[in-house]
Amino acid sequence: MKQWYLTMDVRWCHDCNNCFMGCKDEHVGNDWPGYTGSQPRHGHRWVNVLRRERGRYARNDYRFLTLTCQHCENAACEAAGNGAVYRREDGIVMIDPEKAKGRRDLVDSCPYGTIYYNEELDVPQKCTMCAHLLDDPDWTPGLPRCVHNCPTECLKAYYVEPEEMQKIIEEEGLEVYRPELGANPHVFYKNLGMFTKNFAWGGILIGGDCFEGGKVDLVQDGNVIASQETNFFGDYRFDKLDDGKYTINIEAGGFKKSFDIEIAGKSLNLDYLDMDK
Amino acid sequence: MGKLVRKTQMTTGGPVFVYVDEEEDKIVRITPMDLDDDDAASYSIEARGRTFTPPRKTTYTPVTAQFKSMIYSDRRNLYPMKRVDFDPNGNRNEENRGISGYERISWDEALDIVCNEIRRIKREFGPGAMIIEPSSHHLWGTIGYRHSTLFRFMNAVGMTYADHNPDSWEGWHWGATHMYGFTARLGNPEQTDLLEDCLENCEMMVFWSSDPETNNGIYGAFESTIRRRWLKELGVKMVFIDPYYNHTNGLWGGKWFSPQLGTDAALALGIAYTWLTEGTYDKEYVETHAYGFDEWTEYVLGTTDGIPKTTEWAEKETKIPARDIRALAREWAKHKTMLAAGGLGGWGGCCRSPIGMDWARMMVALITMQGMGKPGINIYSTTQGVPVDSDFYFPGYADGGIAGDAQNSAAGAVLAYRMFNGVDSRPLVSHLSTAAGVHMNRMRLPECILNDKTEWWGRGFVGDSVEQQFHHYEYPAPGFSRCQLLYKYGGPHIGTMGQGDRYARMYRTKRLPFVVSQSIWFEGEVPFADIILPACTNFERWDIGEWASNSGYNPDSHNQANHRVITLQKKCIEPLGESMSDYEIFNAICERLHLGDVFSEGKTELGWAKQMFYASDLPKVVTWDKFFEKGYFIVPNDDRAPAAPALRWFAEDREQDTRGWISHFRPADLVDQKGLTTQSGKVEFVSNSLKRFGHYDTDDTERPLMPMYIPSWEGHHTARFQSYPLAVLSPHPRFSFHTQGDGKDSFVNDIEDHRVEVDGFKYWIIRMNPIDAEARGIKNHDLVKAYNERGAVIFAAQVTERVPAGTCHCYESCAEYKPLGDPGHAVDRGGCINILTPARFLSKYATGMATEHCLVEIEKWDRKELEGYEFKPLDKNHGGAEEKDSWNAPVNKLPGATRVAGQFYKDPNCNEMVWTEKAWKFSGHDWKGGKLDE
Repeated sequence: MKQWYLTMDVRWCHDCNNCFMGCKDEHVGNDWPGYTGSQPRHGHRWVNVLRRERGRYARNDYRFLTLTCQHCENAACEAAGNGAVYRREDGIVMIDPEKAKGRRDLVDSCPYGTIYYNEELDVPQKCTMCAHLLDDPDWTPGLPRCVHNCPTECLKAYYVEPEEMQKIIEEEGLEVYRPELGANPHVFYKNLGMFTKNFAWGGILIGGDCFEGGKVDLVQDGNVIASQETNFFGDYRFDKLDDGKYTINIEAGGFKKSFDIEIAGKSLNLDYLDMDK
Repeated sequence: MGKLVRKTQMTTGGPVFVYVDEEEDKIVRITPMDLDDDDAASYSIEARGRTFTPPRKTTYTPVTAQFKSMIYSDRRNLYPMKRVDFDPNGNRNEENRGISGYERISWDEALDIVCNEIRRIKREFGPGAMIIEPSSHHLWGTIGYRHSTLFRFMNAVGMTYADHNPDSWEGWHWGATHMYGFTARLGNPEQTDLLEDCLENCEMMVFWSSDPETNNGIYGAFESTIRRRWLKELGVKMVFIDPYYNHTNGLWGGKWFSPQLGTDAALALGIAYTWLTEGTYDKEYVETHAYGFDEWTEYVLGTTDGIPKTTEWAEKETKIPARDIRALAREWAKHKTMLAAGGLGGWGGCCRSPIGMDWARMMVALITMQGMGKPGINIYSTTQGVPVDSDFYFPGYADGGIAGDAQNSAAGAVLAYRMFNGVDSRPLVSHLSTAAGVHMNRMRLPECILNDKTEWWGRGFVGDSVEQQFHHYEYPAPGFSRCQLLYKYGGPHIGTMGQGDRYARMYRTKRLPFVVSQSIWFEGEVPFADIILPACTNFERWDIGEWASNSGYNPDSHNQANHRVITLQKKCIEPLGESMSDYEIFNAICERLHLGDVFSEGKTELGWAKQMFYASDLPKVVTWDKFFEKGYFIVPNDDRAPAAPALRWFAEDREQDTRGWISHFRPADLVDQKGLTTQSGKVEFVSNSLKRFGHYDTDDTERPLMPMYIPSWEGHHTARFQSYPLAVLSPHPRFSFHTQGDGKDSFVNDIEDHRVEVDGFKYWIIRMNPIDAEARGIKNHDLVKAYNERGAVIFAAQVTERVPAGTCHCYESCAEYKPLGDPGHAVDRGGCINILTPARFLSKYATGMATEHCLVEIEKWDRKELEGYEFKPLDKNHGGAEEKDSWNAPVNKLPGATRVAGQFYKDPNCNEMVWTEKAWKFSGHDWKGGKLDE
């Protein structure tokens, strides 16, 4: 049975919010009977762009993660819903707008925090993956609004057999956000470590000038886990690092230096290092 | 819900499909356009072994993506309103503007008041006493735009235009034109065919005050994102120079340089010094293509002023390490490098700052040193230069539209002759806003109203010749009366002009007896009017327009989009409430003044759209009926002409061969059709035009003959820096297009990087470094007061490393002005950073705005001004929309008075034959309705 999946590549999101705006355009002021009532004008974030600032001036970056309903195979809301929440055969998790009336508790049931309460309609609501559009043969783009609106194609939607999706996951190196929750989401992320993990970013100088072509090794537990050459600003950068202790070994212009770093929930601007001093 | 009908519209942020429930007269959704197989093929470029072709889909900006919330907004003006204490025949209580509330009146009453005032003022004061002024960007279309419908009205009634300054060109206009010409583009360089050149040859890009992911060129949405992705995939290196870690930098990575505010020219000099001393510039090119280079070299090396502009010297000014500057200079010299200076090629960013002229000229200097126009070496930011067919004629919004006013638009270039035959249809030109007529400068409106005499140099958009930049203007104009009526169209001054609350003070005086505001929304300065006339959005009227095409002084700007998309902008729903389109409102006034036929020629907006269709090249390739039905047309690419990259002709000393109408529009600008439009025909490092006409040797101290580093008059070398040590960068916003999008209770206000809600009010954001924040006890999302001697504004602080210590960032152009007390004086919590920016011109004789930098101090807000603050009527939405049950189900009462059945929209499908159509059909053209139909 073909299933709907969403994927998001953290690398190509720049916080334009077209996904968020498209979602509001589709759902605010529009009822989609049998799918969901209209979304309140303000307050809900069915597509929520999470933001993370890493590093320190001027070796810093900004990463974003679009968080929608994860359409989990093992959905906590479904378990809590007593029939008010169901999974369609195509994998989309739906809140029944009638049966879920008054079920404020469902908001807290989602471990990802993607369910919102509509005070006016007295019903919990969330992303439906625009199921009303996916079911509509007249909707020629054939995509959820957030995906259709994305200008960098960092959001994608797939309607494939689970085996096919498994292949895509492996080929693209996709991951699940917060796998420890064991929810088996239908939303997958590429370059997730750019959001959830950290970088170590520095530069080297020789004779007071930026040095290009220096060899930099990142060592963990005695093993070289990554190697880089410095660019023309003398910079090197290792990303997606787990918390832990590392050693950085640098060889450049006949000079050698080595130092230890620790990643502890934060990215590091290691500044410039004078190789010859 | 009934069956949805897919219509087409155009916006400043891209073309859209609009899904309309016609039964309920309701817009359901607004989406980008997916092109289909009937649409013309996309361009394709072969370069470095790859073929590059864009997606068959248009992009749009977040502002356009949320447009529905601007249409269905409780800030809409839904019926005409009169200030409660305004009596045109008694006490006008001008000083209460901005304080008093409004009452609903009928269209009849509103039009009577407006027309009686027009009659009275014309009889008592003669011509020139009525000033009309639109905002820079009204809603899209060649018919409904300010250069079109508004000018036709202005000239029919006899009003005077408040001249706009070239607000996006400034430093290029007042500075760079004196160095390399391009006056007909107001100082921006040509950009044709540069994408192909860039993909083939470019090895490195330096983005300098350029943020296309935020500003989209202008109107270009995310069309250029794919081009940067291609370049990234080709391994082109990218460097970003911007005080703020901008969003293009964020997406593409690369080295970030954040010069201290006002020191970009020093950074450029450090680079030039490195090239000069290391011999890594294009000596041969400079020898043949530059004038005065030796004299400038002596300045850079310090021979003349004793200060060698070394990288160490530059480090002291810019706070960027000398080694980084050297590394950049060396890498740049080693590679074919495109200098992405500003938002398009040239344009925007730093050019709107106090150092705008120096920055723009330095950009020209640097790229000239590397061989401007040679393969892979140009001023190019990837936002333009796609290989579309620029010879296919369709006018942009600045080409005069239905007015044909050659004095105040580019109508005289092409369009006027194709649009009007003088018999069936006639242009309406101005006899007041002429070279010798009455002028007011938009940035000096308050001074023109409040002071006895105001003077400035250069009319505004000075595109005819650089010499005209030195023409002297004064207000009142000799022989003419002072302003008695301000007819304001839109309300963004306070959020967009330097020291913006000057405009609030201007309104509250008896020196301005009558103010009309014609506006879609109740926002900004609209609540300072005596009469408010409710206009509607372009989604509620007919129009015709091409994507990203302003044309005029920004010719060929359609080449920002990957496809030339021309839309019939379909009326999707009836105007909400009693609102009317600008055309209908102007027509109603003209009818009462016995000018109805002169203004409208009996045509509806759709009739004019049809006339425009037949004035363009469209009927050569598509029938009106087919265009009407489909709603858009993609201009086919001609593969006939070989690419003629911008300025290649100059580099190779050939006749100019770039495509598009402007290249051939002003042959008199050139000698032998070769060389630049400078006196020498070369890039002038010592400017002949300034030498001949300038005041460089007297009191124009900020515009010397050569590009130099002049410490900013709003910078760290000034005495004010002691009191106001934080330098704020205030560029155009990301989540609103100028004021379009912000406020209005629209969706973008939910975006965390746009506004932050604190205690029920959504505050505009100011960004500051953690070091500065900590020193002031400020945490993320704290409410802060930013202030200087010009005023004070409340913001939500965003504590971030996106700016270094000492620098802050705050987008300009907020739509809300919410003074907590006396308007024009009290602290504002709407978020108008422009209350704190300078109203000063770039220099005494360079009449450009310089609002991108300001010095402030910031403190945590004690909320004292909120104590005892009573909500005024104006804090409430006063557009009348609050009385509606739901913005989702418009009432659509038929307005009274003039809009009776049969008078307007008598012919919604426009079956009448306009003269251009007749001309087509009977001209002997072998007209078969377009070859594409066969």
